[in-house]
Amino acid sequence: MKCRTCRGPAIIDLPRHNANFCAEHFLELCRRQVRKAIDDFEMFAPDDRILVAVSGGKDSLAVWDILVELGYRADGLYIGLGIGDYSHESEDFARRFADERGLTLKVVSLRDDHGFDVPTAAKATGRVPCSACGMSKRHLFDHWAREGGYDVVVTGHNLDDEAAVLFGNSLRWDVEYLARQLPVLAARDGFPKKVKPLVRLSEREMAAWCVVRGIDYIVDECPMAVGNKHLGYKEALNLIEEKSPGTKASYYLGFLERMSPLLAGVHERGTAGLSACTKCGAPTGAVGESVCAFCRLAERASTMAPVPVEMVVKKSAARRRAEKEVGR
Amino acid sequence: MRVILRNPRREIELTGRRRVHALLAELGLAREGHLVIRNGTLVPGDGELDADDVIEIRPVVSGG
Repeated sequence: MKCRTCRGPAIIDLPRHNANFCAEHFLELCRRQVRKAIDDFEMFAPDDRILVAVSGGKDSLAVWDILVELGYRADGLYIGLGIGDYSHESEDFARRFADERGLTLKVVSLRDDHGFDVPTAAKATGRVPCSACGMSKRHLFDHWAREGGYDVVVTGHNLDDEAAVLFGNSLRWDVEYLARQLPVLAARDGFPKKVKPLVRLSEREMAAWCVVRGIDYIVDECPMAVGNKHLGYKEALNLIEEKSPGTKASYYLGFLERMSPLLAGVHERGTAGLSACTKCGAPTGAVGESVCAFCRLAERASTMAPVPVEMVVKKSAARRRAEKEVGR
Repeated sequence: MRVILRNPRREIELTGRRRVHALLAELGLAREGHLVIRNGTLVPGDGELDADDVIEIRPVVSGG
């Protein structure tokens, strides 16, 4: 296999581009796709202060790496979610990445700073852990972006993430969620601007970026996310992608180009009626509530005894099979 | 060759040489969902793997 650009030995085949690339030209392709996303969607300006939501996984470390390489001023924020060893290891990867590059990483702990963690929140609400986890992360990223005076919050959502969310929203025809599924959410009513510079790059490309750049990241799946619907949608889309390379990109990018504009009115209607949380001051749209969803969750979960991760972990059939094979 | 798989971490031994896409097919793993790494370097789909290689097959879906 030869690199499409220089005809040197290729290290990766990208069926959706019907091409192979050497390390140098693969990295160049990724940078170009990120620059295109930033420019096309007007994500941020060269002087903007950027806060990257860092999880210790491949996507957040890759996007931070790429933005710094491209010359942007980007700091990181890591949130300790209290998901046992998984959280400890993720934090180590995030800290090591920042330390090795002399980057600024702020670390916040749900347990130490807010009196609860994700397993306990899942038990307290009786809902899937990803629900409390996502809500807590959004709240804290918004909060620290406001506190730190950042212009924009960057998340590492990639093409596969966005295609899977789009797939789920389409299966339910959830028009309000579809209308909000944009790579840029403008700042409004106390919420910071949020952007996703990796939407033109696949999960496989981001993992490859990290391998080529020598970035160590947490390869393990979050034990609480195993078997969730989102991962099932990704698997389904990958089956289609294998048969028909480029499907994920045309599905999601085509949605942005041709469907999103038709839903713009729905999006605007969905942003009406926000007020400030009487506890933390964050904007909240909860109907009939003066306290935001995060503060209500913290109030409820922080009075409970900590719940160990194992109590709320689900195992996928594939993982159970694999663990049986190795006698675990 | 020694093949290291992840999530959960485990190892298997295979005899003989084969290409990356053949190895993935043999193990029932989707190419779109995995990277094959030898000595810290990616190996593309038609890359040849030797009988004494140590290979990591890394799922690209990770994190939460």
